[in-house]
Amino acid sequence: MLETARAGSIARSDVEEFLYGEARLLDAWQLDAWAALFTEDARYVVPANDKPDGDPARDLVVIDDDHNRILARVTRLKSRHAHREYPSSRTRHQVTNVLVLDRSGDTLQVEAAFTVWRFRNERADYYVGRYDYVLVVTGDGLRIRSKRATMDMTSLHPAGAVSIIL
Amino acid sequence: MSERELDGLIVDDSERCIFRVHRSTMISDEILRLERERIFAAVWLYLGHESEIRRPGDYVRRSVGGRPLIFARGKNGTINGFYNTCTHRGATICRQDSGNAKSLQCFYHAWTFDLDGNLTGVPDAQAYGPGFDRDALGLRRVARLESYRGFVFVSFNPEVEPLSEYLAGARRYIDLVVDSADGELEIIAGSNQYTIQANWKLLAENSFDGYHGLPTHETYFTYIAGLEEDARRKIGDLSPSGAAKSYLTTGRGRDLGNGHGLTQKVAPWGRPIAKWSALFGAEAKPKIEALHRQLVEKYGDERAFEMADTSRNMVIFPNFVLNDIMAITARTFTPVSPGIMRVSAWQLAPVNESPEMRAARLDNFLTFLGPGGFATPDDVEALESCQQGFAATEVEWSDISRGMNLDEPRPLDELQMRTWWRRWRELMTGRVPAMAR
Ligand code: FES
Ligand SMILES: [Fe+2]
Repeated sequence: MLETARAGSIARSDVEEFLYGEARLLDAWQLDAWAALFTEDARYVVPANDKPDGDPARDLVVIDDDHNRILARVTRLKSRHAHREYPSSRTRHQVTNVLVLDRSGDTLQVEAAFTVWRFRNERADYYVGRYDYVLVVTGDGLRIRSKRATMDMTSLHPAGAVSIIL
Repeated sequence: MSERELDGLIVDDSERCIFRVHRSTMISDEILRLERERIFAAVWLYLGHESEIRRPGDYVRRSVGGRPLIFARGKNGTINGFYNTCTHRGATICRQDSGNAKSLQCFYHAWTFDLDGNLTGVPDAQAYGPGFDRDALGLRRVARLESYRGFVFVSFNPEVEPLSEYLAGARRYIDLVVDSADGELEIIAGSNQYTIQANWKLLAENSFDGYHGLPTHETYFTYIAGLEEDARRKIGDLSPSGAAKSYLTTGRGRDLGNGHGLTQKVAPWGRPIAKWSALFGAEAKPKIEALHRQLVEKYGDERAFEMADTSRNMVIFPNFVLNDIMAITARTFTPVSPGIMRVSAWQLAPVNESPEMRAARLDNFLTFLGPGGFATPDDVEALESCQQGFAATEVEWSDISRGMNLDEPRPLDELQMRTWWRRWRELMTGRVPAMAR
């Protein structure tokens, strides 16, 4: 009962502030701080453009990171050998349409819309889609247990890759 | 462009071990126009895999060599390739990426076609005169469609040689991949469709370029080496891995005929087909060893070793890649303009695979081959940076001579690329050159 009260006490504005904070870290390339937003059992998934409901256990997906691979992704992106992102691109993660769909126990199901712009070498790439989050209330505030970024674009044109974190 | 001018775009001097390609081939509109006519309209191009259209009525919409096509399974199980344009006045017939249907109806004036292409419905048909030939107005088939071990190719050239002849030495390696999967591969749901702002030929080169592996993919190899080490520590295996060394020194590059080429080496990593690595975990070991024994029983030691323990990168001229590394990818790419290509990539796996090995395979595909992984984005970057460099037109030549002085070129050499380019020149000039290394 106590735990229900914990998720129940989180307002949409708290969630929005948390997601804006995450976006801010990504745009500032503060990737270690970003990774620290995830729980140990976290998952970060980006399905294939033509299989938006894809299940990483069965289907081809673009990204399927557990906590270790989230850290590895950060290590890679901080290296100057991540050639697609060295020098780093400029990005802007725009998060809107935030809805808390469910609160139960210490977890919240959250949906939001994203537009992520990536600029580099006088070129603009964009990623547009929906975030599905599972957030947990911890002693240190909200944390991400699951983040799924489902792209609306039917393919990765014009971007040639998902070299940044969505 | 004259035959002589086209011929001069490649310098191929086996005496002095010089092989150069003129960079205008990467930026010229005229070259692309000729490639469309003399290559894309002339040879076999990959359409899809039979597993994508298993049941009668299954269809997939696809673009091949710039043409919109429908890849469909007809009523009696026949595999069909049609142009995706209405024979009435042109509208796109199939407007879904894939599906299953008894018929496809053009939305514009509602002509209806079955999955064998027959025109089965014409609203208000009595308004047409005696010259109206329903049989001739069925969906137009591509000139040729043939399949080899599940891989379906089309050609827009009615005179093209039979597919199996065209594939030449590549057949052996397609057989190897399919046989190692117990005879049946399937395409896993979901694909990668992306654009690279670079000339299409750069991806042909890159797809079997062993030389770029370590420098370009340093972050991937660091990542995978770390995982491997953790996994080995977990199971108490403390022997040195030696992966990088075997990567550099083993293997061969091969000319498979007709412009097809391959690199093959002993895999320094595990392969879900039948080569265990610590990364797969101790529990998986007996299962993988059993798979290996099955291959030995069926194919003998030598072939089983090749299937299980070696990995290969193969390009079937001009634009079909079948790379069997840890995971297997089928990839094709098509020029949009001299400086832009569209890439489609799929993942293949044995139909009867255990869930654990399937998971390991999926994992490897997305971390290495996928556009969100730790390697492919850097390939895209490399190709685009080459293309940007080609704007410096005073720097006229690219060098592809590595290993020309060797009797047995390795995957790190460039024999396979020279093979590709020699075929390119042959088709572009219409001239068959003398054999060269
Ligand atoms: S264009 Fe298809 S029915 Fe007219
Ligand atoms: Fe590469």
